[in-house]
Amino acid sequence: MKFPMNGWFVALLCGTATAQTPYPPAPPTNLVAVDHGWDAATKIDLSWDLSADDAEQVRSYQVLKAVGRIGDVTIEPDFKPVESVDPGTAEFRVKDLKAQLKRWEVEQEYGDNEAIAALLADGSKSFKIGYVFQVVAMGKDGSRSATQTASPITPTMQIFDGSRFWFSVMTFIFCGAVIAFIYLARSGMPLKIRKIAGLDAVDEAVGRATEMGRSVMFIVGIQDMNDIQTIAGINILARVARTAAEYDAKIEVPTSRALVMATARETVQSAFLKAGRPEAYNEDLIYYVTDEQFGFVAYLQGMMVREKPAACFYMGSFFAESLILAETGNSIGAIQIAGTAQPAQLPFFVAACDYTLIGEEFFAASAYLTGSPEELGSLKGQDVGKLVVAAILIAGVLMSTMAAILGPDQGIGKSLVDAVKYLKDVILT
Amino acid sequence: MKRLIPLWITAVAGIVLIISYFIPPLQSWGEDAAIWFDVLAGIAFILGGGNILKIHLKKISDRVPGWGFSVILLTAFLLTLFVGLSKIGVHPNPLYPTYAWSGYYRQNGTPFWWLYEYAFKPLTASMFAMLAFYIASAAFRAFRAKNIEAVLLLGTAFIILLGRTFAGVWLTSWIPDDSGFAGLKIENLTVYIMQVFNTAGSRAIIIGIALGIASTSLKVIMGVDRSWLGSGEA
Repeated sequence: MKFPMNGWFVALLCGTATAQTPYPPAPPTNLVAVDHGWDAATKIDLSWDLSADDAEQVRSYQVLKAVGRIGDVTIEPDFKPVESVDPGTAEFRVKDLKAQLKRWEVEQEYGDNEAIAALLADGSKSFKIGYVFQVVAMGKDGSRSATQTASPITPTMQIFDGSRFWFSVMTFIFCGAVIAFIYLARSGMPLKIRKIAGLDAVDEAVGRATEMGRSVMFIVGIQDMNDIQTIAGINILARVARTAAEYDAKIEVPTSRALVMATARETVQSAFLKAGRPEAYNEDLIYYVTDEQFGFVAYLQGMMVREKPAACFYMGSFFAESLILAETGNSIGAIQIAGTAQPAQLPFFVAACDYTLIGEEFFAASAYLTGSPEELGSLKGQDVGKLVVAAILIAGVLMSTMAAILGPDQGIGKSLVDAVKYLKDVILT
Repeated sequence: MKRLIPLWITAVAGIVLIISYFIPPLQSWGEDAAIWFDVLAGIAFILGGGNILKIHLKKISDRVPGWGFSVILLTAFLLTLFVGLSKIGVHPNPLYPTYAWSGYYRQNGTPFWWLYEYAFKPLTASMFAMLAFYIASAAFRAFRAKNIEAVLLLGTAFIILLGRTFAGVWLTSWIPDDSGFAGLKIENLTVYIMQVFNTAGSRAIIIGIALGIASTSLKVIMGVDRSWLGSGEA
């Protein structure tokens, strides 16, 4: 069978084909990749000239990246999309890059490449890499322009991370204030601290346990010694143990980490020594249970129900177990004092415990209980930090309000909006 | 010396970690310090295991009340340790078939995997599930309207809870979305309370915590706070 190929039929076919074929936008031009200054070799800045069809046809610009060089070996780039940016955008910062790949990463990713295999033979532990970037204009009809490719570039590491400049300034101010007030306190400057009910109740709780002839239970959270909350908990343990030694009360410290157990033993032993009762110290009462969160909780629950301690202290980092422990303690009628810096667990402790040290009170406990000038000085330094935070908050609120009143699109209002953006995105990030 | 060396180690490690945060070429020092801690914590497992054996063997030997629990604990501990360390039932890794212990220790179907799947996981899940009952009992106590603060807490909690249910949304669905009273729709009230009052309160607490952490860290690095060494003023 033969189809008639008349002139009008061919014209119709061609016309239809022309109408359905996507028409790609003109490509972006002059793509340049430059290393971002003052960083940890993690960022490259890209810039390009917009496509000639930017306003009419471009839906977005797609940025692609690939590793194009390892050591001195050039490899075939395997481009992967990084991000799509809106039309009218002519620059983009690629983040989370590396200047080098470790040996095992090269082996895993590029081990099949013969040239790379030869490179690996020299035994180097890491290899410098070069990135290649492309930008493509994506049409509104789904078409793609021709690609623009930049020359290979390796991010370089500078001596200081500029994105952390403001953070370093704040760290300097805060640390300086703390150190200055510690020295001022040492030189005799009078300092006072407000009453913290939860800490005043320590003596009451231990005294109650002594009168009832029951034990005091102290939990230092479920994190290891590298968590600052555990250290803060250990500081409070020192005071509680000393009071327990003075009152001749039994103090039991189950821990969920072996290192915490070793530290708690040292602390309690020292506290008993200072109380003048070293013979009353029993290291078997400070013991390791398990690292497992709910295994630890199961043990504590069982122990609390069986032995019914008269006072329970929860001082450290807690998670889902906080309420289980506090409710069990509540059910056995123990006086309970908790302290944590986990904001999500604070409501549970507040609901189920007699006293709760909220956030900063928990860290102030050591200074409050010892009353040493150095520690009180550090609290005063902390107040300087709060003043700085309050000043930034007030400035931000005032600028945002003024910008809203004056109109955020022009003049002073726009400048204020930019200032707030700088405050949020640069200073506070 | 027993106090001085740990204080120096703490000070040097702390300062290195702070500096390495700002100076990229030193970042690997910070990572190294973190690895040292992992090594120490790994060794501490032996300390912990030894302590478990010592404490519970003593309980069994003294026949203290509840010594039966210690028998169960030690049996479970030693059994799990044995099947885990000796990789009983683990097939060698296909890449290294001649090495009997090259397989993954938690390979499916092995005794260790079985203990984990059918003993450990259900027990853990049971403990976690108990939380639901404790939340109910704590909420009952916390929401008793004893004074003005408790009434406010109860009212706020009621709005939030209601706003998260279908019934709550349905109750105020008659308020048009485009009216001036749309903010009073229960789901909008819930979002407003969570985003404004709750966020403001929790951020204040978080700022205090952050400053407290920084101050405590500084005290530890400077050796002002030595309670954790057992040598400070208790």
